[in-house]
Formats: sequence, C-alpha cells, structure tokens
Amino acid sequence: MNDDVAIHAQGLTKRFGTLTAVDNVNLTVRKREVYGFLGPNGSGKSTTIRMLCGLMRPTAGEIDVLGYKIPRDAEALKRRIGYMTQRFTLYEDLTVGENLDFLAAVHELSRAAARARIGELLERFRLADRRDQLAGTLSGGQKQRLALAGTVLHKPDLLFLDEPTSAVDPQSRREFWESLFELADMGTTLLVSSHYMDEAERCTRLAILDHGRVVADGTPHDLMANLPGRTLLVETAKPREAQRSLQGVQGIIAMAQIGTSLRVLAKAGADFERQVGERLKAAGVEAQVHPIAPNLEDVFVVATSNNKESSHAAA
Amino acid sequence: MQLRRLGSIIVKELRQLRRDKLTFAMIIGIPTMQLVLFGYAINLDVRHLEAGVLDQANTARSRELVAALAATEVMKLDKQLQSPEQVDAALRVGEISAALIVPPDFETRLERPDRPAAQIVVDGSEQVIQAAARQLAAFPIYNNTGWTSRTAGIEVVNFYNPQRRAALNTVPGLVGVILTMTMVLFTAIALVRERERGNLEMLIATPVSPWELTIGKVLPFVGIGLVQVTIVLLLGKLLFDVPLRGSVLELYVSALVFIVASLSLGVFLSTLATSQFQAMQMAFFTFLPQILLSGFMFPYAGMPVVAQYVAEVLPLTHFLRLIRGIMLRGATLGELWHSLAALGVFIVIVLTFAVSRVRKRLD
Repeated sequence: MNDDVAIHAQGLTKRFGTLTAVDNVNLTVRKREVYGFLGPNGSGKSTTIRMLCGLMRPTAGEIDVLGYKIPRDAEALKRRIGYMTQRFTLYEDLTVGENLDFLAAVHELSRAAARARIGELLERFRLADRRDQLAGTLSGGQKQRLALAGTVLHKPDLLFLDEPTSAVDPQSRREFWESLFELADMGTTLLVSSHYMDEAERCTRLAILDHGRVVADGTPHDLMANLPGRTLLVETAKPREAQRSLQGVQGIIAMAQIGTSLRVLAKAGADFERQVGERLKAAGVEAQVHPIAPNLEDVFVVATSNNKESSHAAA
Repeated sequence: MQLRRLGSIIVKELRQLRRDKLTFAMIIGIPTMQLVLFGYAINLDVRHLEAGVLDQANTARSRELVAALAATEVMKLDKQLQSPEQVDAALRVGEISAALIVPPDFETRLERPDRPAAQIVVDGSEQVIQAAARQLAAFPIYNNTGWTSRTAGIEVVNFYNPQRRAALNTVPGLVGVILTMTMVLFTAIALVRERERGNLEMLIATPVSPWELTIGKVLPFVGIGLVQVTIVLLLGKLLFDVPLRGSVLELYVSALVFIVASLSLGVFLSTLATSQFQAMQMAFFTFLPQILLSGFMFPYAGMPVVAQYVAEVLPLTHFLRLIRGIMLRGATLGELWHSLAALGVFIVIVLTFAVSRVRKRLD
C-alpha cells in the first residue's frame, strides 16, 4: 500500500439479514486529509466507520487502515486510532478529570505522562475549570469537547468521528471544527461523517453516501463544479406561484424557495434557463431567471435523487 | 491483562458505585431488611397459640395439668372439645393449631412411666408450632411421687409434616439467598449498563480487553458480597443469636467461592441480555428455582427426585450445605469438600460459556 494512504477499502459490504447497509463501497483516504462522509440517516455512514475501525466485521470486502489488515489486525489498530460517536459515550457519573484519568490508564499512559497530557488537553479544550464537575452536568458543547479530548488523549494518527456535532449548537459546532483543523495541522488524518452541508463543505475531500453506496466523491469544489448551468435562481414577487407553474417540467430535480426567490435544480443537458423562462411567461408569472453557482446541497440532491444518473455526473 | 488498566477499571467502578445512591443503599438495605423480615418468621418464642382441650379423664389431676400448661401462656387452652372428631375438624379448618388430649385412663397412665400420660396434637405444617409443642412435651407432670420430668410424660404427634426442620436454618440460608440476589443482579446490570449507555462502543475502540473489563467490573462486587455476608452474620448473631459453631475462616472461604459462582452467572446473563431491564428479568428467572429448590424454603430430602437433580445444578444448594454445615453443625471444609467442588465445577462451566460469548465487537 502507498505510504501516503491512510484508509483503503475495496468492495466493502455489510448485510444485516436481508438489509444491505453498506453496498460495495470503495474508498481511499490520504494521510492528513479531513475526509467527509455526507449522507442522510441510514445511508450506511456509521456502519462503514465501524467496519473501518474493526468494531464490526464486513460481510465482504478488503480493508487496509494505516497498513493494518482489518478486521485481522483490529486490536493493533486500536492503539493508533480515536473513535468518537454522536452519542456521549464517556461516563456521565464520573467527573471530567476522572473520565480522562480512566482513559489515560486504558491507553497505558504512564501516570506522569497522563498528568501532563490531561493538563494540556483541559487547557486546549477550555475545560480546566470543569475538572471536578460530573460529565453528565456539562453542556452539549462541553461534553463534545470532553469527548474529543478523550479521543485524542493517546495522540492517535487517525480519527473516526461519527456525526460528532449532531447534538450541539452552531457556535459549538464552529469551535469544534476549529479543533479538528488544528488536529489536521498537527498531522492527524480525520474521517468525519455529517449531515450538515456547511460541515461537509469544509472537508478536504468528500464522499456522498446513499442507501449504502458511494454516489459521489471528490473535493467539494470539484463536486460543485460538475454541475454547470444546472442551477437557476428565479427572482419573483410570487415564488409560490412560480413553483406551481414549474411543477411537472421535465428535467427539474428539485425546487426550493429561498426568501422571495426560487432555486431550481435541473438535470444535465437541456437549455433549462430558456425553458423555465418560457414556462413562467406562459403562466403569467413575472420573474427574472438567471444561472447561479451550484452549492453542496445541489450536489447532494443530485447525487441522492438518482444513483445511476448522479454517479456519472460526479465521476 | 494489564494491571494499571485493570486497576483503573476497578477505581472507576467504585467511584460510580459511590455516586449511585440507590445501588449503594440496596447493598446495605437488602441484607438488613431481609434478615429482619425473615427473622421474625423464625421467632421460636411462640405465645398464645390457639389450642383446644379434650379432657376425657376430667379428674383433679387432669384439670391441674391443663391449668399448668395454660399458665405457660404458650397455648391458649380456651376451647373445650368433646371428641377426637372435633379435634380433627378444628385442626383441619385452622381454628386451632394444637390440641391437648388427656385420655380417659390418664390416672392409671400417670403411674406407668412406659406410656405417655397425655398427647398434644399439632398442626405440623407450621414449623414454629411444632417447635413450641416439643418444648411443652418436656413439661414436668405431677404424679404420686411429685413433679417429675419424664420422657414419656406427654407425647407430641406431628400432623401433616413428619419432618422436623430447625427454623434456625433460615439465617445461614439467608446469607446464600441475599448473595444470590445481589451478586447475580448487580453484575448482570453493571455489565449491561455499559453497553446500554454506549460506553462499551467507546471502550471497544480502545486497547481494553473484554476480560480486563469484565474482571475489573466484577471484582468490586466480591468485596461487596463479603460485606453483605458480614452484615447478615452479625445481625443474625445480635438479633437472633444464631450460632457459628465451625471456623469463621472456612465460612468466608465458602462464601467467597459462592460469590464467584454467582458473579459468573451474572457475567453469563449479561452476555445474553440487551438491556438492563432484560438483565433484571433474567436474574429473577434464576432466583426462583434457586430459592425454591435449594433447600432454603423446603427440605431437600422431601423433594421429588427430578427436583433434587435440578437442585444439584444450582449453586445455592451447595452453598446452603456448606454454610449450614459450618455454622450449625460445626463441620469443616474437609468434610464438606464435595459441595465446594460442585461450586468449582459450576464456576468453570458457566465462565467457559460466558467467555465464548464475550466479544469485542458490535455485531
């Protein structure tokens, strides 16, 4: 395996009875990347992450993480990774300090090393004044910072973060991502799943999952650049009427009202700007139609609306 | 197995336990409450037992006997009965628990020491009443030579339950019952809780081995079990004067082995249950046969053969033999080795099953 690759998975599949949760996923994550998994609930993000960490055995497929064959070398891998879930999985009935003490011992840090490292992390994650507080009484954002501190205690080379910010407010989310980039700067590779577009957009690379399949992958910039002329903005005084009149037009994938304008997402190919304009005129809706730059939500909608069509588009 | 890691799990467990007020209260509360509750059921000091008198002799001395027995206040000899049939009927419906029968030839019997002069008929289905009647049987009877205590003075006839079980068996038995309830339940719940709250998902992504986790979580309960044994023994001695005739050390060794057996069962149940509630249900499912068949409630010898086979599988059966032997009969572990060995076999088998099921994965 290439030295530059942190995670490589080929044909990764997981079935639970008749349900295929992860379906033939291929994945390459380079070192120092902040790699994003974007997908709706039940798209197979968590199951994929769990298989990559060796917490679950794949039904089929090859996994290579940091040079370890998974699940065969899962125990050796566990010393070099950190795994954090959406749910707070530290002990709510232990204090912040006790939780970190426990994790330090679990990771076999010597007492002296543990004391130094815990002090450093409490400062960095602004928890120093909470050291003797029970973890269960922390706010959502503080819990998240504590969980991250616990996850990076043993300086892992690779972090798996499964929807880490689902339970926190926007301010805490922003701060949390600052911490993630700090870690990436220090050389850590991160794999982060999310269903927030703004978070996905911050990743250096991204895979969109739907029904257990990777339906698109690339840098956020490339993914957006792959949708030229397919997003239109209809500016009108009557956006709801405009939306009604455009209902049923062949090739429109999605419409969304944004304030007093209407955002229209279309399939590749036809000259939609003209078609939409004519349709609105015929319906008697006064409107200005012009193309706008696609955003990641457009990429997501295209990718998840039709697996076959979109995987070509994103390729 | 890494000692620092194991130690940190034990410390964590003790810290959590200290903050879990309910569990902490149960550890002390269950033994105390059960002992006091059961304690009054084994109170041998019976007073004012409903009883009847069938005085077929009706002589001065027979009336003297009735009056003397009534004066002990153990029996309330208020009900005058006219025939043996009435005695039967009154006992059957539970109107009386015992009856004093003085035969027509009471006077002649008094002069002949080989035959009992009178009879107390007892509802043997009640352990306590039996014991009380036996005390009365030793009551001295006045004959021509004065008050004498003769073995053949009053005969006690046990109805319904020919086997006389010493009620004192209850306190040593209670040590076993309390350990069974708390050890199995607490371990099963403690292990499942880790899974239910998601802590396990965090832990299995770390280098912790399943055995470090299991042993680290279970070890504190060994200490708790020994504390419970001490509470029951001390209260049993203080409140009910239960004797300890054998060696204290051997008693604790037996308790320790039994605690490990119960903890193994708890660990095994925790691998089957998916929620704390399920773990609790399963634990209760194992309590019933143990409490009913182990000899705690009903004498082992009186059970059908099939039930006896089942009882042999239950750890509580063997522990009851150990603790009753040591406490009441002053037996040594050397004499009771087969019960100890049976517990050992139980531990090995159940732990092997548990090991095969403890996995460090989510699927």
